[in-house]
Amino acid sequence: MEEKEQKKGKNKYSIIIPTYNERLNIALVVYLIFKHLRDVDFEIIVVDDGSPDGTQEVVKQLQQLYGEDRILLRPRPRKLGLGTAYVHGLKHASGNFVVIMDADLSHHPKYLPSFIKKQLETGASIVTGTRYVKGGGVHGWNLMRKLTSRGANVLAQTFLWPGVSDLTGSFRLYKKSVLEDVISSVVSKGYVFQMEMIVRASREGYHIEEVPITFVDRVFGSSKLGGSEIVEYLKGLAYLLVTT
Amino acid sequence: MKHVLKILTILVAISAFWIGLLQASIVPRSHTWLLPIYFIVSLGCYGLLMVGVGLMRFPTCPQEALLLQKDIAEAKVFLKQNGVDVGSD
Ligand SMILES: Nc1nc2c(ncn2[C@@H]2O[C@H](COP(=O)(O)OP(=O)(O)OP(=O)(O)O)[C@@H](O)[C@H]2O)c(=O)[nH]1
Ligand SMILES: [Mg+2]
Repeated sequence: MEEKEQKKGKNKYSIIIPTYNERLNIALVVYLIFKHLRDVDFEIIVVDDGSPDGTQEVVKQLQQLYGEDRILLRPRPRKLGLGTAYVHGLKHASGNFVVIMDADLSHHPKYLPSFIKKQLETGASIVTGTRYVKGGGVHGWNLMRKLTSRGANVLAQTFLWPGVSDLTGSFRLYKKSVLEDVISSVVSKGYVFQMEMIVRASREGYHIEEVPITFVDRVFGSSKLGGSEIVEYLKGLAYLLVTT
Repeated sequence: MKHVLKILTILVAISAFWIGLLQASIVPRSHTWLLPIYFIVSLGCYGLLMVGVGLMRFPTCPQEALLLQKDIAEAKVFLKQNGVDVGSD
């Protein structure tokens, strides 16, 4: 049945974008999504955590422009974290597929068609964007950032055998039912969350495919993840070793 | 099976093999005693090598940053014309 629906092109994609102080980025990213997804049925769900910079005002202006049925604003009163933001957005998703992406333009909407195409070709349950294959790449990282990224990746590949090349990337397309299933068993926070999602999905035997993406470090706004990232990462790795 | 058990199983298998070697003393014991150290050292070397190779071949995409700037400029023009506030940031 699912097969038939796909042939008729009846798929709907719900794009969940969590935001915190992204007033400029959210407008740009919405424009680019509409530009690159012309013949696709989709909705954009913005989960804003009460950004003080007026992100929600901009989203309302975007609703005026593109329609309230295409852009859904599902705010929360205060900053409650990324993981629960996805759960919150997912509750309001009406598509049979869900895309998760960042608002900060590190995840360029021009790759959305290749996610969708890959899913249609392979029937995968998850398509994940990877920066570490041919055609992918990163821009704007200094040597230290590259070093930690490579180190983290080698550790994870050696000990976890996750079956995907980019664990902490969070630009992904999921079958909605699969996302609901996986997200309910995930407990980590921060960006270990992304790693736990994909490792659990891989352990549960879901079909995961990868597409190359490029990642340009954020131009506007500031980073929300900080502090003892390395320690958090190592804890997350140990946690995944004993629980998956 | 929890993943850590898989790894432990492999470690146990390797240790069993090592103890076997010690008992059989086909190779001189003094050599066999050093094997775990060789194992750990080579594991470390492998890790460092992988990180090093990964760093040297780190895929970068400077042209993407330029393309993104164009996209941003284009988006700003369109959004401004259509009453979306993209002024200050
Ligand atoms: N709703 C919500 N969104 C958040 C929260 N924290 C971060 N975000 C959003 O999640 C996305 C990723 O956050 P970033 O700050 O870009 O994290 P990052 O990509 O690891 O760090 P950068 O180097 O700054 O790009 C962005 O769209 C943020 O606006 C939060 O607590 N709540
Ligand atoms: Mg980012």
